[in-house]
Amino acid sequence: MIENVDLSLVDWSRAQFALTAIYHWLFVPLTLGLSFIVAMMETIYVKTGKEEWKRMTRFWMTLFGINFAIGVATGIILEFEFGTNWSNYSWFVGDIFGAPLAIEGILAFFLESTFVAVMFFGWNKVSKKFHLASTWLVAIGANLSALWILVANAWMQNPVGMTFNPDTARNEMVNFWAVLFNPVAVDKFLHTIFSGFLLASVFVMGISAWFMLKKREEWLTKRSILIAAVFGLLSSLMVAFTGDMSAKTLAKVQPVKFAAMEALYDGSKDAGLVAFGVLKKSDEKILEKKEVKDFAMKIRIPGLLSIMTGGSRDVFVPGIRDLISYGDSVRNILSISEMMQRGLYAKEVLNDYKRAKMLNDKEQAEIIKNEYFGSRTFLEENFRYFGYAFLNSPEDAVPNVPVAFYTFHLMVMLGFFFILVCMIALFLLYRGSLQKNKWFLWVALLSIPLVYICSEAGWVTAEMGRQPWIIQDLMPVSVAVSQISPGAVMTTFILFAVLFTALLAAEVSIMVKQIKTGPKH
Amino acid sequence: MISYIFLQHYWWMIVSLLASLLVFLLFVQGGQTMIFRLPGNESQKTMIINTLGRKWEFTFTTLVTFGGAFFASFPLFYATSFGGAYWVWIAILFSFIIQAVAYEYRSKPANVLGKKTFDIFLYLNGALGPFLLGTAVATFFTGSYFSLNYMNNVLWATPFHGLEALLDGRNIALGLAVLFLAKTNGLLYIINSIEDEDLLIRARNKLIFNSIAFLAFFLIFLVSILLSKGFAVSGNGSIVMENFKYLHNLLQMPVVLVFFLAGVGSVLWGIGTSVFKGRRDSIWYTGAGTIAVVFSLFLIAGFNNTAFYPSIYDLNSSLTISKAASSKFTLTTMFYVSFIIPFVVAYIWYAWKSINNRKITEEEMKEDVHVY
Repeated sequence: MIENVDLSLVDWSRAQFALTAIYHWLFVPLTLGLSFIVAMMETIYVKTGKEEWKRMTRFWMTLFGINFAIGVATGIILEFEFGTNWSNYSWFVGDIFGAPLAIEGILAFFLESTFVAVMFFGWNKVSKKFHLASTWLVAIGANLSALWILVANAWMQNPVGMTFNPDTARNEMVNFWAVLFNPVAVDKFLHTIFSGFLLASVFVMGISAWFMLKKREEWLTKRSILIAAVFGLLSSLMVAFTGDMSAKTLAKVQPVKFAAMEALYDGSKDAGLVAFGVLKKSDEKILEKKEVKDFAMKIRIPGLLSIMTGGSRDVFVPGIRDLISYGDSVRNILSISEMMQRGLYAKEVLNDYKRAKMLNDKEQAEIIKNEYFGSRTFLEENFRYFGYAFLNSPEDAVPNVPVAFYTFHLMVMLGFFFILVCMIALFLLYRGSLQKNKWFLWVALLSIPLVYICSEAGWVTAEMGRQPWIIQDLMPVSVAVSQISPGAVMTTFILFAVLFTALLAAEVSIMVKQIKTGPKH
Repeated sequence: MISYIFLQHYWWMIVSLLASLLVFLLFVQGGQTMIFRLPGNESQKTMIINTLGRKWEFTFTTLVTFGGAFFASFPLFYATSFGGAYWVWIAILFSFIIQAVAYEYRSKPANVLGKKTFDIFLYLNGALGPFLLGTAVATFFTGSYFSLNYMNNVLWATPFHGLEALLDGRNIALGLAVLFLAKTNGLLYIINSIEDEDLLIRARNKLIFNSIAFLAFFLIFLVSILLSKGFAVSGNGSIVMENFKYLHNLLQMPVVLVFFLAGVGSVLWGIGTSVFKGRRDSIWYTGAGTIAVVFSLFLIAGFNNTAFYPSIYDLNSSLTISKAASSKFTLTTMFYVSFIIPFVVAYIWYAWKSINNRKITEEEMKEDVHVY
């Protein structure tokens, strides 16, 4: 393992991956949701035979196409960056992590790319039903693709279904179903796709509201809003439900991240949920290095955090300092200090094994292999904390609290706001007064940037909140990085940043122009 | 019970098949290099771009799946080559990013960068993509400069991180061979798919030069690797240099030899029938031949006790399919997943046929369809 890594290399590598992921996630959620909305519209067209529905379908399909292309472009880089920038990671867990990526390609990408061609070019070439089936298959393909990449991501957050092979110095998969049905994967997949559906619904409502404000395309936009509001409301409720599921799982598998999201330093029974809060500096330190962030003000719902995580106000919710010093005996979570000791021990055993192999001391190597790596006890009680061996202090296991706290709370607040937006849209449609309520049309339009912020904030919480880990407890980012010069990564970061920004500008400009032009007659 | 060795070889064959399909599908890139000089007018240019543009997703998806399959089945290669030969892979990625948006955005109003810029993106992807992929694959035969430490982490021995491959003439030869093959296949695909007499004549004229260039560079590469030393795995597992290793591989694996010769024959037949007999459907002969030749080259690189990703810096760091492979469990899981591939091929074929049921014409470009 690389022991003395240049931190600027780690930072630039992280920055490049974050840049790519943030850009990629600007486009993917719209693809996930809009593909289903378009499929629903086309289904109505095929059922009713009304040309207006076809016109509506094709309008939203055009916007889908503009967004889809750039999503594909940014997606390929993410896959390859695991190799180019995180090569140690790629080897250490490639045996497990690579499989979902390959399955994604075989099962999902081909489905999506094959039928997207029929969807765009097949209007006059294939039957109505075949075209409709293609549109649905694109939607299914896009969401299947999300499934596999999220299975891979969830495994990084909660590594399961594997064992360590000291000869190859890597983790190897032993249970595919454990990887696929990892509780984090289930939560993450559902939460992510429903958030994509919600984003697309808000997008459709917002654009339609703009048409209404301009008094254009009344027939088309009213129906678009109806479909989007129903789809959006159902999705937003599912987002809230799956978010709650995620929080419960997180409290068990990533307790430090969970505590950081709540800026909870000292745990307690009857712990309250901070609905809104502003953090401020304080003189207090967690241990020696990292500062404790105090609340300048907060709105707290008493007992709710204990109820959410354990079903009762009597449940103790550990804070960051508890996790560092004591862990959580109820959930069988060790203290970080203890995990560091166990990780160091695991590393020592691995080094002894590698030394024996290098000296060709077969007998000693065999003894270590059988006694330690052949024992479930050693693997489960020591090696699973291998990554802690690379931390200098227990504080290193604490992520950036303000980032985790603010992005999480922003996501939650906006999530509830969109439930309200969808409900009001349906209410006004039911009353037949949607067009008269211009204030709401403006709210719907302005919700478009907000839903993107909400969506990105969710990913920042997930990824920044799990730092310093690239694989929870097993590998910190500093150990996973490829040995390239920081200057090289900085150069490619700048190149990607310039290119992505130019392409984003082109995408937004084209999209705005197409919207202003409106559906073709 | 499926043996581990069988699975390693099976997955090498799957990766080889994906690589060969990718090289065939690079006809899209090859065609893109001709969007400025082949068409005689704007209408022909639109037809060419729309013909190729309806297939770009397949090439792109095959590249992504090729990467994913390599990661899943041979993660040590993924970690070593991608993390080491950084600049080569980043350049390849860059060339593909600019392609993905270029088709969709080029003719859209308010596209900020202008139509010409997006057309240049297509050209750059067309020229750089095949050349760099060919150069990278040539290092499977000529070697790279890296070593692996005791944790199998890669340390690249040159500061150029892969760009040094451009200093080896054999790598350049394969890069150019793949580029001119892509151009040849691109021309044949255009001949097959577009209904325009003038464009047909123009494409045939260009076909002669491009196919000769392809054959010349391919021959240079082939002769040089067949006659040079190769990276063999000795009885004790260490890597040694063996004279005529790749020639031996070809001769010691008669099935691969037959595949290779049939592939070469099919490529030549396709080019010949298009140039001399005026056939329109020759792409399918050169396409099938391309797949067979690339497939057999990959088998020569990886089978028969050969290091498929050799290191000239530290011979024993070279990667063989057994050293680089995933665990038996993962390969077995992926083995079952691979059973879906025939189904995928079937629906691709059906959808492709449905979209290509008639040739592209100037009239169609004026119809109310999705036009790039």
